[in-house]
Amino acid sequence: MSDSATLWTVIISLGVGSFLLRFTFLGFVGDRPLPAWLLRHLRYTAVAILPALVAPLVVFSGEDGGTDISRVVAALATLGVGMWTRNVFAAIGAGAATLIVLVYVL
Amino acid sequence: MPITTTKSAFWAGVRDGAPFVFVAGPFALLFGVLATEAGLNVFEVMTFSLAVIAGAAQFTALQVMENDAPTVIVILSALAVNLRVAMYSAALTPYLGRAPLWQRIFAAYLLVDQSYALSHAKFEAEPELGVPQRMAYYFGTCLLVMIVWFGMSYLGAAVGTQLPQDLPLDFALPIAFLSMVAPMVRTLPHLIAAVVAVVVGLLAVPVPYSLGLIIAGAAGMMAGAQAELMLKGRTP
Repeated sequence: MSDSATLWTVIISLGVGSFLLRFTFLGFVGDRPLPAWLLRHLRYTAVAILPALVAPLVVFSGEDGGTDISRVVAALATLGVGMWTRNVFAAIGAGAATLIVLVYVL
Repeated sequence: MPITTTKSAFWAGVRDGAPFVFVAGPFALLFGVLATEAGLNVFEVMTFSLAVIAGAAQFTALQVMENDAPTVIVILSALAVNLRVAMYSAALTPYLGRAPLWQRIFAAYLLVDQSYALSHAKFEAEPELGVPQRMAYYFGTCLLVMIVWFGMSYLGAAVGTQLPQDLPLDFALPIAFLSMVAPMVRTLPHLIAAVVAVVVGLLAVPVPYSLGLIIAGAAGMMAGAQAELMLKGRTP
């Protein structure tokens, strides 16, 4: 883990940055309409960045950069149940249960 | 039931927001636990949760810090995850943009998935609401979620060090992220954005400074936006 100065830099910058992201339109833009291309890209931020962050964690989940099959199956279970039920809890439950069972059984 | 006063609008917001404590609570708890595991103390965890109030961005920051990425990449990655709140801000502006500045400052600070989703739906369904009623409803939706958010962050930080060592906590984060994102994949462009981001994300692992995440996220966003345009072009 990084030292305390780094951590506080991150916390403060993220706090200020997140506030500005939230305030930009409400505060500065008022009720002027936004360009359609910008809204179109913003719509896909979460579904692009979160999977991009998770994919390497799943694929290189084993020791020394290998693949851990329990973790891959647990990830697929989370994803499958989440897309099927559209329920965050069902997805977490499925993923966690799969992982715990596989880790202790394998 | 029609909302007539500012007070009843506030309480309507509180009622509608109540179920979402069950969404915010577990994520706040998990953040407290994982942040403690990563070496943050209770004060740091609480300041983090209080300053940022965004589960996905906070988890991202933790994860990218663990990879020993440069600080600026940690910040950019977490802010990229949080870009959607800018979209929420844009979407609420036509309804709340005429409120007094101090109210808009507080509203911006409290803008999260739940307050956005509930309020936007409400304002659309009841266009006759005045700006003060809208603001009151909006703040109402935030009340319980925020109390639970801070409370559970604290609880997670407090119990984090006492959890059994052999729990596979390293994978709690991927599961949390996947569970958040899976229900968001509603259309073909969403799916295309996610698949492109995954493929580019895996290919970009060797890119230095953990920049791969930002590259992959941008590629996914562009793919989603392009797919949306092309699909729209086909249906008259």
